[in-house]
Amino acid sequence: MKTNSEIPGANPEAAHKPAVKIFGAGGAGVQLLDTLNAVEFAGAGFAAIDTDAASLSASSATVKIHLETKLLRGLGTGGDPERGCALAEEQISTLKSACEGANVVLIIAGLGGGAGSGISPVLARAAKETGALVLAFVTLPFVCEGNRRQQQAQQGLEQLKSVADGVICLPNQKTFKLIDDNTSVLDTFRITGGLLVEGVRGVWRLLTRPGLIQIHFDDLCALVRDRHSESAFAFVEASGPARSREAVEKLLAHPLLDEGRALADADAVLVSLMGGKDLTMADVNRVMEQIGRYCERAQIIMGAAVDAEMKGRLSVTLIAGKSNVPKAEAPADSPDTAAARETSPTSGSRQTSPLSSLSMEQREHLTVRHPGRSRRAANKLLQTQLPLAIVSKGRFDKSEPTIHKGEDLDIPTYVRRGVSLN
Amino acid sequence: MFDDSNIIVGLEIGTSKVCAVVGEQAADGALNIIGLGQSRSRGVRKGEIVDPKQAEEDVRNAIVEAESMAGAEISNVYLGVTGGHIRGFNNRGVHPVVSADREISDDDVQDVVKNAKAINLPAENSLIHAIRQHFFVDGQDGITNPVGMLGSRLEVDVHVVHGNTNRLQNAIRLVKGFQIQVNEIVFNGLAASLALLSSEQKELGALVIDIGGGTTDYVVYVGGVIKHTGVLAIGGDHVSNDLAYGLKVPLSRAEKLKLEHGSAVVGEAAQGRSVTFTNELGLPIKTISVGHLQRIMSLRLEEIFQLIEQDLEQVGLGDYLRAGVFLTGGGARVPHIAKLAEPVLQMPVSIGQTNSISGLKSALDQPEFAAAIGLVRFGSFKNRKRDGKSSLAQGIKGAISSLLRRS
Repeated sequence: MKTNSEIPGANPEAAHKPAVKIFGAGGAGVQLLDTLNAVEFAGAGFAAIDTDAASLSASSATVKIHLETKLLRGLGTGGDPERGCALAEEQISTLKSACEGANVVLIIAGLGGGAGSGISPVLARAAKETGALVLAFVTLPFVCEGNRRQQQAQQGLEQLKSVADGVICLPNQKTFKLIDDNTSVLDTFRITGGLLVEGVRGVWRLLTRPGLIQIHFDDLCALVRDRHSESAFAFVEASGPARSREAVEKLLAHPLLDEGRALADADAVLVSLMGGKDLTMADVNRVMEQIGRYCERAQIIMGAAVDAEMKGRLSVTLIAGKSNVPKAEAPADSPDTAAARETSPTSGSRQTSPLSSLSMEQREHLTVRHPGRSRRAANKLLQTQLPLAIVSKGRFDKSEPTIHKGEDLDIPTYVRRGVSLN
Repeated sequence: MFDDSNIIVGLEIGTSKVCAVVGEQAADGALNIIGLGQSRSRGVRKGEIVDPKQAEEDVRNAIVEAESMAGAEISNVYLGVTGGHIRGFNNRGVHPVVSADREISDDDVQDVVKNAKAINLPAENSLIHAIRQHFFVDGQDGITNPVGMLGSRLEVDVHVVHGNTNRLQNAIRLVKGFQIQVNEIVFNGLAASLALLSSEQKELGALVIDIGGGTTDYVVYVGGVIKHTGVLAIGGDHVSNDLAYGLKVPLSRAEKLKLEHGSAVVGEAAQGRSVTFTNELGLPIKTISVGHLQRIMSLRLEEIFQLIEQDLEQVGLGDYLRAGVFLTGGGARVPHIAKLAEPVLQMPVSIGQTNSISGLKSALDQPEFAAAIGLVRFGSFKNRKRDGKSSLAQGIKGAISSLLRRS
């Protein structure tokens, strides 16, 4: 546990520090907010927003906003994001006043249910309108939670992406790589929550700690603003004499970076290193060199900071952003969708292009009037975003991958180039 | 025992084969290949040993075969190394000439070379080669031997090849396990270039590409010296793997198809052609299109050349290679490969031929053996240098030490 007084130089710097407000939206968001509250986030404002009175009353957040109408009788939204959305719209002035005065608004939500998926886009818009930078940390439901929740989550994610400056998205399904057969459900959720919290903590440190090589608040803004796309983040820690190598290894094996693939796709990468007073330039150099090799196309922003408590340890926070120009690697697509992509390079696919070009209001009209159609659209959209063809590497499965400029050269060339054999 | 000194053995532990070449050096320095042993390699991936047990067996077979063919006992070898961890770069060493008359002595030359070798390599890496390029005396360029010249400042450029120590040691330890001494480790790409290029071609500028089973090694000569080296951990194995994946056939079948129907460019005739496999009863089990096969191959091989081209572009050597490109290694056997490489590299491309070595015709004609033959060539250069110094003392010392080793 850390208090404000333990951070050297924290108070004099307070004036330069951006004001941060952290919002938890929906049941999962409120719970995660509580775990954050317990750690070192002194100086940030906390606010919990939910439609469910019970979940709010258990929360320890300083500000609690209960969205409620008589229709709900104090219960939740019943898993319907449209209700959550409507409620939030109704009380948008309350939300705005809650966001007032913040430079950065962090939104934490679990997408898929009614409250999280419905409220968070509206909240993001409200925060944006007050002039804050909006970063959303969201989880997507497990596949086993059912199709409907997946669709709702995807829809929520799309909406959030179109309003927030940056969305850092953690599909729960990816954490399956981190757990084994014996991990209990409770632990699993703790792990996914933990990952999200690590991400928030990483950003928090980035914004508040004095750095040797400072990452300015503007840098973060520049990285996430207007990319309107999901960012990948990772936070790793290593210690001992070989910590720089270990940190890089952990980073590249990180489930959220898809074994380094997210780095290859990224067009902007922010790396923040934090170590003790014994942090050497060689360490920094080694980490940056390795990361640089994986994402040669990307703009890299780096920062380094020293924390006396980190003696002998090294922590690396990495945020990779990519703009949503579709990648060429689409071998799993049928030829005609691939062709459609080539003709309209600025949009994800035929299904998304009308959606993303619409304004928020228009889109809401669309969803209200034709819920059936929009759901189908979301379904298609989900399909184009599936991890493209898990290519088995045959005899190179177990050997060290040959990575060149972020491309795995062990995968057949024709697959990587999307050449169809017909 | 004294005869041993003119027997030179090159050993290459490759991804597709282990190969030992025995050469005999005549008094006038001419090389004659007298023995060749090879064995299918099973313990190597991408040029690096992944299964020491298997690799050991394969090396033993190759050495035994080479020994019986050459009728000589192999006591020391020049060992070829490769792998994606190997890197090359240029470095410069500086040394002030301190003698009163400002004449550059042998010691000055040795000192400057030593300075050039003192490089800041990553801790886990070690030096394989530091190859002299040119000397500079007071900034004057292009001096090959500065001894006896006057000057106050001597500089030398070296090309440094280095690799991961542990991975290099894996191969060395394996060979030492047979009580065979490793004289020196040699980068395979360098060895192949020694076997192929005449000094005239080195002077003109040439690129040697050795497309092996697991790696593609390349070396660039400009003005008679090595300017650039590189390793891509892609090779013939990748082609087979791509085919197995793309045509949905087992790897062994893909390997066979590659040899039977492979081509670096998609042939007109192949477009509509297909091949049908039959099972033991003569019933057809699968049909594959030769057009697809060649397309997959062509894309992979083209990519290898593209990567090399990009690399040369980056170091700015593309325009200096007037002798052109020489292909070797198993990959050079792919039909029409030169035709594929030419437009990508924008240089004349030919299949390399080993030169000024006599002996076993069967070994000299095969592009696969270029690296192993080059190892022998490398050894002969070293021998000649050593002979120049003090052959008798060296010979006696060698004989005694080999006696001690054997006992």
